[in-house]
Amino acid sequence: MTDEATARIDAAVKGSDVLLFMKGTPLFPQCGFSSRAIAILERLGVEYQTVDVLQDQGVRQGIKAYSDWPTIPQLYVKGEFVGGSDIMMEMYESGELGQLMQEQGVAASAG
Amino acid sequence: MAMAADDIVALIRAAIPDAHVEITDLAGDGDHYAARVVSESFRGTSRIAQHRRVTQALGGRMGGELHALQLTTALP
Repeated sequence: MTDEATARIDAAVKGSDVLLFMKGTPLFPQCGFSSRAIAILERLGVEYQTVDVLQDQGVRQGIKAYSDWPTIPQLYVKGEFVGGSDIMMEMYESGELGQLMQEQGVAASAG
Repeated sequence: MAMAADDIVALIRAAIPDAHVEITDLAGDGDHYAARVVSESFRGTSRIAQHRRVTQALGGRMGGELHALQLTTALP
């Protein structure tokens, strides 16, 4: 992993309240797990940003080392790694993810 | 590339001996699995820590050889 990619990842993570590293875009997810993660964020109705790792090989590899997590998508809230799509789903179903967003004071989406 | 369900179970149980592992082949193609791993040793640890133990048991195969493993961890 290059330091440059790490710096970009770090800036992105710290620059957004809710950030999802994913394959593809919210409108065109390129993987079922990324698609599921987007569906959860949409259901929660929070403002979020995404990074398409398919557009950047440095970020695609670097994010795995950054979080010590081997798969994508990856969700970050207020700079903290929350988990991948399976953990997101479990936390969504139990109400913990909505609670976390509230506790962290994450803004609701405009739409 | 694909992995046999039995190999996934064996790898997880080698690292987490008390684990009860259920594997579902989601697409019937030996490449898209769901795993449910239940272990007393998960008690008191975070979900992230539990998932990390399973992915470490799989020794770098996740996200590579094993593209799609939907993972759930739980206490007995």
